Amino acid sequence: MPLETKIDDFINSNGNTEEEAVSYSSKDFSSDQDVRWCPGCGDYTILKQIQNVMPDLGVPKKDIVFISGIGCAARFPYYMDTFGMHSIHGRAPAIATGLKVSRPELSVWIITGDGDSLSIGANHFVQLLRRNVNVNLMLFNNQIYGLTKGQYSPTAPEGTISKSTPFGSIDHPFNPLSLSLGADGTFVARAMDRDPRHLKKMLNRAHEHQGASMLEIYQNCIVFNDGAFELFTDKKSRPRETIYLEDGEPLVFGKDKDKGVRLDGLIPQVVELNGEYSKDDLWIHDETDTTKANLLSRFFEHPQNGEHLKFPRPFGVLYAVDRPTYDEGVLAQNEYAISKREANLDTLLAGPETWDVK
Amino acid sequence: MDIKNQVCEEVTIRFAGDSGDGMQLTGSLFTNTTALLGNDLRTLPEFPAEIRAPAGTVPGVSSFQLHFGSKEIMTPGDVCDVLVVMNSAALKANLSLLKKGGLIIANTAGFDKRNLKLAKYPEGANPLEDDTLSSYTVYEMDISKMTKEALSDMDLSYKDVDRCKNMFVLGLLYWMYNRPMDSTIQFLNKKFGKKPDVAAANIKVLKTGYHFGETAEIFSSRYTVEEADLEPGTYRNITGNESTVLGLVAATKKSKLPLFFGSYPITPASDILHGLSRYKNFGITTFQAEDEIAAVSSAIGAAFGGSLGVTSSSGPGIALKGEAIGLAVMLELPLVVLNIQRAGPSTGMPTKTEQADLLQAFYGRNGESPMVVVAPSTPADCFQMAFEASRIALEHMIPVMYLSDGYLANGSEPWKFPQEKDLKNIEVGFESPREGSEEPFLPYVRDERHVRSWAIPGTKGIEHRVGGLEKEDETGDVSYDPDNHQKMVKVREAKRDKVADFIPRQEIDQGNDQGDILILGWGSTYGSIRTAVAELRKDGHDISHAHLRYLSPFPRNLEALLSGFDKVIVPEINNGQLVRVIRDHFMIAAEPINKIKGRPFGVAELKEDILNIISDKQIPARTKAS
Ligand code: SF4
Repeated sequence: MPLETKIDDFINSNGNTEEEAVSYSSKDFSSDQDVRWCPGCGDYTILKQIQNVMPDLGVPKKDIVFISGIGCAARFPYYMDTFGMHSIHGRAPAIATGLKVSRPELSVWIITGDGDSLSIGANHFVQLLRRNVNVNLMLFNNQIYGLTKGQYSPTAPEGTISKSTPFGSIDHPFNPLSLSLGADGTFVARAMDRDPRHLKKMLNRAHEHQGASMLEIYQNCIVFNDGAFELFTDKKSRPRETIYLEDGEPLVFGKDKDKGVRLDGLIPQVVELNGEYSKDDLWIHDETDTTKANLLSRFFEHPQNGEHLKFPRPFGVLYAVDRPTYDEGVLAQNEYAISKREANLDTLLAGPETWDVK
Repeated sequence: MDIKNQVCEEVTIRFAGDSGDGMQLTGSLFTNTTALLGNDLRTLPEFPAEIRAPAGTVPGVSSFQLHFGSKEIMTPGDVCDVLVVMNSAALKANLSLLKKGGLIIANTAGFDKRNLKLAKYPEGANPLEDDTLSSYTVYEMDISKMTKEALSDMDLSYKDVDRCKNMFVLGLLYWMYNRPMDSTIQFLNKKFGKKPDVAAANIKVLKTGYHFGETAEIFSSRYTVEEADLEPGTYRNITGNESTVLGLVAATKKSKLPLFFGSYPITPASDILHGLSRYKNFGITTFQAEDEIAAVSSAIGAAFGGSLGVTSSSGPGIALKGEAIGLAVMLELPLVVLNIQRAGPSTGMPTKTEQADLLQAFYGRNGESPMVVVAPSTPADCFQMAFEASRIALEHMIPVMYLSDGYLANGSEPWKFPQEKDLKNIEVGFESPREGSEEPFLPYVRDERHVRSWAIPGTKGIEHRVGGLEKEDETGDVSYDPDNHQKMVKVREAKRDKVADFIPRQEIDQGNDQGDILILGWGSTYGSIRTAVAELRKDGHDISHAHLRYLSPFPRNLEALLSGFDKVIVPEINNGQLVRVIRDHFMIAAEPINKIKGRPFGVAELKEDILNIISDKQIPARTKAS
């Protein structure tokens, strides 16, 4: 016998059908609050794409929750007409874990940034991934602290000149995708604010994935770090500097699709498709291959002195595998306990040994 | 030799040995048997913070003190009548706690050269041989050897044999105090169900100890402690941490809400996590988080979703949770924070008790951050107060801090436990769904108690946002308006203060409700104060005792109650915390008594401290209203 609680009663008597859900338009997801990011901030396009993707998910609005920490991106929940919580710095993954585990039927989205999730909240970030809580984590990476007005962040490249590093930053940055793979994340992907169509596709994939979906989104901070990702986002350099991953497809890039990546053993090489190599020689992307996902996450040399990247930066789903989720596991264990033993409070209060005083 | 049988009103036994000697188990088993015989009792386990401190050394000593009697027993006893020492370090660490003329049962195997050296006795000195123990009655016996002999026909490893020696002590004391062995035998059979030879060995040694008492002809007396005059009813024995767990389980049942428990292991709170993890069949989810912050944050997330969110820790962990508790204050979500206090600051003394987190509970968060504070007064009272903490959190949509401590957590007492039908329901409901889009939903509209509704995700038409930024009342929209901030600070305070209308009035525990002296305590000092005041009253002092279990807000009548006394004395296991709050709130010259040694008050020392204040202060004759 399942244990009937008030929440179950409540949810059962309060259904919302899926047909209703699909009839939403993106406008239904925009709240009455004025959006207060700087004009031109990359957050705007991300907000728009998330609002656009919501009607496609087939989830009733009442079952969607956005949880954020602190930072510019963290204002996000206020702009979504769903349930939301703008919490404290770095802790959104922990709050989301408590919510998702206790209410597995909800669609829970975490909005976070590079400072929020890779500095103050880095512990919760990796724990969420290794536990594989079935939520979607949107990591807005702008390589800078925006809200506190321009200090270098844990994803800022070495040598970054910022308010707190006038002589250049010294510490080595995090590679968010490698970190996620290292934490045994089951869904690791990258998108950018300036490619809304691809972003929308990635949002859909993140939602579909059962488990912790980590989507890094390159987001331009126009005020404190303008152009950090220009090489990838600029229409002219993008074909040369990026590679869009498709499962089962060869790694081809370039304006005329004339370049590719092949593997020599475990060493990736950029090759020209001009006769010596053809598409058949290239690395075929396999989203379930851990080793290759790790190699892809390391395509990460930074441009210096205007030099081009050695490798194109990969966008898309680097890695996606199924692993039982933490919330399912908790639910199964709780249900097993409930089916096994009656919840008799009187027996419990009496304990193993009692005596009577007359 | 004739063995006399003496009747005692009360006895205190202290079992002491190396951490590996099984003294905690010996003490607990003696306690259970004693409880089943109907004695009133209190226990005080004391163990090192290290799991296996170097064997044979003083820091490695683990002790268990049990005070039982046919009269009311409210403390584990200042000093003991009987001290069991399994080695010389145990004697060294505990001799000062033995009454002059008391009994020592010493395992001579623990007093060999090696052990004496480990216990840092001077070269050549042996307390069993010199006159160190001349004012005590000492029974020496080689417990290790007798255990070995008893098991010589059994095929057991040396380690398994040696581990049985605590059963010898237990058997011997059962003989001395006329206690039956059956409940212990049952326990051993169950515990070692999968290893019947180990069970048989333990039982054999237990009986050997018992028979040794009878046949050794070294003991001149046996003792009987009659049943105590407890209120009629059915009882069990319980520790504070166990009853805290049961209080939470009861709260989840009586509120019909699932309980979400987020916690991170820490001494002395971990047993609550262990306990709740076993009761998932009551709709309880336990989450061992990656750290203290995630523990409280996950509980907040669950509370947002409509669960009874609970987190537990001890002082250092509570410090880490501070920011998140502030978030719960701001969001106005129900949250129970259990602080099983220990001696601080910093890591302090993890296994030693203290009441030094009261001001942290009152003020230890950034900004004006009012929360409710409650404190259980005895191990069994932990049940009631954990239930109350949950009730207040849920009915008032507010975080509640529950202040137990190491002494309550591990101490035990007989408990006349309630039945489910005796417990009140906790009344909670969720905000209802809405059809069509009328006006926007207002999450921070309040009722006459200043309480907002619980609007959980999954409810149609009430989608809304909450957050840690200052908000406008009713709408919950972010607001930096100066007047609004002042208003909201006042609203949150008024909401906490209003809880005072929904808690019991403060009672006088003992004595008149007006007079010369009031001893005002809180939390785990209840037993010591109650006993000290009872004795002082017997000696003719006009003295009363009131004990606070609701600390923020205080009961409405507290001010009036305090004004009935010329002098208010506040004993605490800290450097003076409640006393400051009392002075501040009521502008009275309350006097502190402080002990900060990681141990509870002894009755004698407390009496002495109270008498010192009485005689020093020359309390002026009270002008009686005529
Ligand atoms: S500071 Fe940067 S990240 Fe923040 S809102 Fe402005 S542009 Fe966006």
